[in-house]
Amino acid sequence: MIELKNVSKTYANGTKGLNRISLSVDKGEFVVIVGLSGAGKSTLLRSINRLHDITEGEIIIDGSSITRASGKRLRRIRRDIGMIFQSFNLVKRTTVLRNVLAGRVGYHPTWRTILGLFPKPDQELAFQALERVNIVEKAYTRADELSGGQQQRVAIARVLAQEAKIILADEPVASLDPLTTKQVMDDLKRINQDLGITTIVNLHFIDPARQYATRIIGLRAGEVVFDGPVEDATDEKFSEIYGRPLRQDEMLEEHAI
Amino acid sequence: MSGNQHTERRVRPQAPGRLKHYMTVVLVLLLLWGSAVQTESTLSELIEGLPNVLDLIRQMFPPKWSYVRHITDAMLDTIRMALLGTTIGAIAALPVAVLSASNLTRTRWIYMPVRFLLNLVRTIPDLLMAAIFVAIFGLGPLPGIFALAVFSFGLIAKLTYEALETIDRGPLEAMTAVGANYLQLIAYSVIPQIQAHFASYVLYTFEINVRAAAILGLVGAGGIGLYYEVTLGYLEYNKTSVIILFTLAIVLIIDYLSSKLREKLL
Amino acid sequence: MSKLGNASIRRPKKNHYRWLILAAVIAVYVWAIAGVPFNGIKETAGQISRAILSGLLSPDWGYVYLPEGEDLLRGLLDTLAISVLGTAISTVICIPFAFWAASNLSRTRLISSSGKLLLSVIRTFPEIIMALLFIKAVGPVAFAGVLALGLHSVGMLGKLFADEIENMDKGPVEALTASGANRLQILWFAVLPQVLPGFLSYMLYRFEINVRSATILGIIGAGGIGTPLIFALSSRSWDRVGIILLGIIVMITLIDWISGAIRKKLV
Repeated sequence: MIELKNVSKTYANGTKGLNRISLSVDKGEFVVIVGLSGAGKSTLLRSINRLHDITEGEIIIDGSSITRASGKRLRRIRRDIGMIFQSFNLVKRTTVLRNVLAGRVGYHPTWRTILGLFPKPDQELAFQALERVNIVEKAYTRADELSGGQQQRVAIARVLAQEAKIILADEPVASLDPLTTKQVMDDLKRINQDLGITTIVNLHFIDPARQYATRIIGLRAGEVVFDGPVEDATDEKFSEIYGRPLRQDEMLEEHAI
Repeated sequence: MSGNQHTERRVRPQAPGRLKHYMTVVLVLLLLWGSAVQTESTLSELIEGLPNVLDLIRQMFPPKWSYVRHITDAMLDTIRMALLGTTIGAIAALPVAVLSASNLTRTRWIYMPVRFLLNLVRTIPDLLMAAIFVAIFGLGPLPGIFALAVFSFGLIAKLTYEALETIDRGPLEAMTAVGANYLQLIAYSVIPQIQAHFASYVLYTFEINVRAAAILGLVGAGGIGLYYEVTLGYLEYNKTSVIILFTLAIVLIIDYLSSKLREKLL
Repeated sequence: MSKLGNASIRRPKKNHYRWLILAAVIAVYVWAIAGVPFNGIKETAGQISRAILSGLLSPDWGYVYLPEGEDLLRGLLDTLAISVLGTAISTVICIPFAFWAASNLSRTRLISSSGKLLLSVIRTFPEIIMALLFIKAVGPVAFAGVLALGLHSVGMLGKLFADEIENMDKGPVEALTASGANRLQILWFAVLPQVLPGFLSYMLYRFEINVRSATILGIIGAGGIGTPLIFALSSRSWDRVGIILLGIIVMITLIDWISGAIRKKLV
């Protein structure tokens, strides 16, 4: 489904963001990437849908290379990859429904989307997506009137409406409190199980990583230092990933907030 | 959707009416249409006029650079007018700004009417003011200076009183505590707090006034503006372009110097 | 100046510069004042100012509405129409310029700075001079004023719009890019909704300025209330000057008030 072949990323100033990463993710997996901030988690995730360009190697999505794609072909591949951000990235001044429908624009000609003429099935899809994250009653509310957790659920609904086959979530709960963190992670897990959408999540904390992942990838200084099922990810392994013994606040997110 | 076992069914909300949006759009379109009718603006007129514009621009080039010598004096006059107008306006603005600031002039019955008068002064565009002063004083730079002075007065007084209202109360109270009178209070605790801002506003107004002074000649109030009518009247467009470019250069230079100075001040 | 004594103790060198600057300033003012011909004042100045004042106090109310036309109300309406249309034209023209000049959307710094430069050149070109040129093209009609305002306002509006675009949240742009949207769709769904309220607010602000500008366009024959005002001034009908000035003051005050109220609601 997703295949990274020898992927490296060097920034213009010479820093190495990613160093010869090779891995593949199968359909339906729920992968959590852990590591310290600056370890390259975000860079890795954004390389997969090419929000960041890589400098070496190749990334294959569902059999086609996103690294070599451009223009319409690139947009076509991106259409199948939904992304969820730490800061939600909703358009705050527009309604929830319009934000969700924005996930559909890749499917239609430009003129049609600009006139706002989304076909009936699209509207239905948007409402169903909102129902799946339990927020349909807010469809006509402006996004900036929602709480952080609600906004993140709208962002998830946008990805669902997009009918993505892969979901990339970049620190999706970093700006949320513990209770909403659980709701959002539960939503992601349920969607992964119900719809079989391959999900890759960046997380800073270890506990939710163990709780939700089927597979954990540990990054350190741009390199994969651990890749295996949850059961293998012991405290010792985590100390390796973090390069030092674990602190209590990295175990339980409640303590950190 | 019946197969959606995870979500409890919640009611989908009704889409809010869009009548208000449509009404606004219709209103705006009516306004535009009405304005076009009133000013007799049509696209065909634009298309007919466009070749004339292009023709005019073609005739402006190449500019007759030697004309600069004829208009240098007028350009210096323009700068003079801007300088003196700004200075007179700034001096007059200072006491009025103090009277308009609600934290220095506690009496509502003073600062409200003063502000009202300030607003009235600022409604009259400088060129209109100049036309009136020309009627009063006759042709020449003097009415131009007065017009710019009135305009500067309105602008500087407004900016300054708004800045005055944000000053730190501490020094004010300290001076009151040592028994200073009103004027001492202003001199020792208000002016030091406001002088950089005030200087910056004066420079900013000067920038605006240089631009304004360059066109006051159109109503006979001195400066380089007079030469537009002269050259356009004789269809000497290559001289008109010299005036425009010369003015542009002076304005840009003064803007640059003044904004550098303002950066240093604040 | 109150700090002067203090400064001389600690920084005697700086004090030297102070005198130099002071001398330069005095020299500039001497130059400026020496160049003003004070003898040109008409003896009748006092008399005329009194006449204008009394004209303001007892204006020619009959001029407000004349059945055969060419009255105050129609002049003001003309002025408003010119500013409405001029503002609308400049808003449409300046949008592509604003996107050109916004540094966060163009690929290189060079592109955005060239856009900014062009906008500031347009801005330094006074509307009244543009009107003079348009009169040569379309004749001495209100349409010339419309075109002049439309072109001149692009300079300021384009800059303000570009600032608004530069201040927007990049997040939605990223989200739309990630979902496979093309450039136009990103613009429409992620950029426009964010900047639109700001655009409208600046447009209204520019409209307030344009109303003021439109009152003077008539002085050179480009339509609006300026033309009758100039006629009244040159024919010394002070009571008519009075009513026209009152009309302008009332109109501008009203427009500022309405536009300010709408702008407050937008932001």
